[in-house]
Amino acid sequence: MSKRLSSGRLRMVSVLAAGLLVLLSGCDRRYLIFNPSGPVAEKELHLIILSAVLCAVVVIPVLALLIFIVYRYRDKPGNKAPYTPEWSDSKILEIVWWGVPIIIIGILGVYTAKTTYSLVKPPVEDVKPITIQVTSLDWKWLFQYPDQKIATVNYAEIPAGVPVQFHLTSDQMMNSFWVPELGGQEYTMPGMAMRLWLQADQPGTYYGSGANFTGKGFAHMKFKVVAKPQAEFNQWAKQVKKTAPALTEAKYQQLAQKGLSEKQTYSSYPERLFLDTIDRNGGKYMKPEMKHGGHDMSMMDHDNE
Amino acid sequence: MGEKAKGFFVTGDPLIYGADVSIIITLLGILVFLTYFKKWGWLWSEWLTTVDHKKIGIMYLVSSLLMLFRGGVDALLMRMQLAMPNTHFLQSQHYNEIFTTHGTIMILFMAMPFMFALFNIVIPLQIGARDVAYPFLNAMSFWLFFFGALLFNLSFVIGGSPDAGWLSYPPLSELAGSPGPGQNFYIWGIQISGIGSLATGINFLVTILKMRAPGMKLMQMPLFTWSVLSSCITIIFAFPVLTVTLALLFVDRFFGAHIFTAASGGNPMMYVNLIWMWGHPEVYIVVLPAFGIYSEIVSTFSKKKIFGYKSMVFSMIIISVLGYFTWVHHFFTMGAGADVNTFFAITTMAIGIPTGVKIFNWLFTMFRGRITMTQPMLWTLAFIPCFLVGGATGVMLAAAPADYQYHNSYFLIAHFHQTLIGGVVFGYLAGLYYWWPKMFGFKLNDRIGKWAFWTWNIGFYVCFMPQYALGFMGMTRRVYTYGWDMGWAPYNLVSTAGAFLMGIGFIFQVWQILYSIKHGERDLTGDPWNGRTLEWSIPSPAPHYNFAHLPAVRSDDSWWDMKKHRYGAAGQDEIKEYAPIHMPKNSGIPFLMSACWFVAGFGLTFEWIWLGIAGLAGIGICLLARSFQRNTDYYIPVDEIKRTEASIGRVV
Repeated sequence: MSKRLSSGRLRMVSVLAAGLLVLLSGCDRRYLIFNPSGPVAEKELHLIILSAVLCAVVVIPVLALLIFIVYRYRDKPGNKAPYTPEWSDSKILEIVWWGVPIIIIGILGVYTAKTTYSLVKPPVEDVKPITIQVTSLDWKWLFQYPDQKIATVNYAEIPAGVPVQFHLTSDQMMNSFWVPELGGQEYTMPGMAMRLWLQADQPGTYYGSGANFTGKGFAHMKFKVVAKPQAEFNQWAKQVKKTAPALTEAKYQQLAQKGLSEKQTYSSYPERLFLDTIDRNGGKYMKPEMKHGGHDMSMMDHDNE
Repeated sequence: MGEKAKGFFVTGDPLIYGADVSIIITLLGILVFLTYFKKWGWLWSEWLTTVDHKKIGIMYLVSSLLMLFRGGVDALLMRMQLAMPNTHFLQSQHYNEIFTTHGTIMILFMAMPFMFALFNIVIPLQIGARDVAYPFLNAMSFWLFFFGALLFNLSFVIGGSPDAGWLSYPPLSELAGSPGPGQNFYIWGIQISGIGSLATGINFLVTILKMRAPGMKLMQMPLFTWSVLSSCITIIFAFPVLTVTLALLFVDRFFGAHIFTAASGGNPMMYVNLIWMWGHPEVYIVVLPAFGIYSEIVSTFSKKKIFGYKSMVFSMIIISVLGYFTWVHHFFTMGAGADVNTFFAITTMAIGIPTGVKIFNWLFTMFRGRITMTQPMLWTLAFIPCFLVGGATGVMLAAAPADYQYHNSYFLIAHFHQTLIGGVVFGYLAGLYYWWPKMFGFKLNDRIGKWAFWTWNIGFYVCFMPQYALGFMGMTRRVYTYGWDMGWAPYNLVSTAGAFLMGIGFIFQVWQILYSIKHGERDLTGDPWNGRTLEWSIPSPAPHYNFAHLPAVRSDDSWWDMKKHRYGAAGQDEIKEYAPIHMPKNSGIPFLMSACWFVAGFGLTFEWIWLGIAGLAGIGICLLARSFQRNTDYYIPVDEIKRTEASIGRVV
């Protein structure tokens, strides 16, 4: 019995290890998180790999030890392994297994803190960032470009190589804005504006979705982020400005109704739409810093509102 | 009225009609059975009014297994919907209801009562007591849980199930986001059973502190008792937070307040913080007793003293304290800022340290022991690698910026199922196999048990390992459907296959129990595993009064010590005189009062004020009636003790 058990465990370990190798190889485009396409996602992936390696440093020896112990000390006639039924205390061993995890957590803690602080700053300092205001609606995404004064629904275009500061809010339900290849997510909250820095290094189309449940149409809250060279982006914005219809107050009311939506493009929007949405959902009761992006006060000077 | 009745019963879904029919048939079957075999009186006097901790424990156990079945069916329905892209098996609304009830039931109506079952069955026996500190309150706790769970489950066929997720974040769970009674069922189902949970926490804390057998010092208590003590302390601090949070949500929904709605100056973030101030300690509440179970089993089946007893106790206390300082890791992505996120990232990682230490101590308990592969030991050995990997992914999740990528993805789903199934469910099942002979007087069949064990375990890895991959592929939780474009399909199909394997494992266990009732190996000694703690010093099943003589404890592993040095119940020559035993009397009030809570909860759920008031009045009357009861206890005469002890083969 014990033999079968330990060989089962061996198999499991090898399957796990093989699985990890496949995951970490990153050659498969479907593993979005292992294909970072910008500095934010890259930093996060580094931390993911570091934490996985540090965990493996403990997990793998412990699994080996488990297999060894269960095999060696099983109760079968003639087992010559030592048997010390009263031995139950060892200061040295205790120090080792309190100490090693403390050291590992210490290392991981330092790197976690560093990364956490670095992510509230723009990914690169020498390029002027652009701002995009994001509103999650039931069940669609509205993107407003305060610099270009244009708006899109369910897709966003961004210039490659330029840091993008997303200002996130929600009209009604709380969602989460996630573009895995560019970086981790942030909640969209009614009555508040959150900030999220992302950047795409290369032109490309990136998958985005809502990550926090908002009811019936939640599964369909997907969008694409299209990164283009700056010149092409500018041209796209100009084109939109010329050809697309305007997003009027009435149209926004329609958009805010519960339901799904196709991709849409608008050449303009009511100027205070984003701020009004925040205020209407309770922003008027919030402290000013909550309306303007949480505790990320260092970036207030980039505010384009 | 016609308008109302239309919304009252859930209609329009063949699955629900099927459930309606099966519920009615089952109820009729039970009624006919009870009437035909004239069992109504037996049901009332032996079960509904009992204050015996062993019977209450068995009722908890049966309820939790039923809830495991229901939560499991929910899980399988979800996995069927997700097996292939663009499936039309379930509609969005139905899927949302099912994941909400799956989560709520598995934590609150499966894990909690399963845990309380083991508290009830084991703790008094393990510390050498004749009952818990407050037997009446204990019955109250059970019936509050029972009627709370009944109310919650009723939403399936009447009024409609809650659909805002198992923690029901506002604004989605507010009236605007979830009109209709579903969310009210959630609030009242949990509130009513939550009162019972809090009372159980108090009850067992006092039991452990005040009712230990003479001579048993704190640092001589079995580790399961220690784990229950630390779990109870956590319950006492955590459950009031849940009660207040849900009460405030009710005030919002019922009286139109705006405590959690931002639009009128409230704050939904307050709810998210509060619910996790309960929710995070809650996972430690359920996992700590599992740690205690593993400690008992590892030591018993390695035939060796537990390694690092002090370290084990110390680590459990640290876990129950530190468990209060990690709640923000459930929403690193809510923009709390770098300072707050860093603090909670590090506290979360830190809680991995005492947990890791426990694993080392279990390993070194086996080291230089003699390991026998009984069923409880198998589940314990399966737990170690499973929980180790689950804990490691927990540390990975704790690194806040990494969590921005994992949050709400299937990586998270895989992680918490690995800790909750690999840690909690495996632990309770190990405990079930271990203490089953003590509860019922026979062992569960080994051969069928091994089938169950392997299908459960293989099923677990097949089900949840692909979900880690799905997380890396960007699949978020709570989506009822997905397309072919993302490459998620094969992983989901494999995961569904694994879920069904686990379902088959559960069926094996049901079969195992039914088979063993007839053919299981009888336990005539009371000590089938060569145990180390006091519950093994008395016959199986334990007599009504547990201990004819209260044991006098001289050391830790007290029953082991008694057997070694031939004293106490293991001594041949010590025949003491019996004395009458003081016991609590049965009472119907816990059942009736909880039924009144059910009526009140049902009324408030549908906002039928008159019914709510009627129920609350009933509760008041029961409280009054109880406070005028003077005759609540009795003595078992010596004759009866002698007769009982002789009938179970003990020297009189």
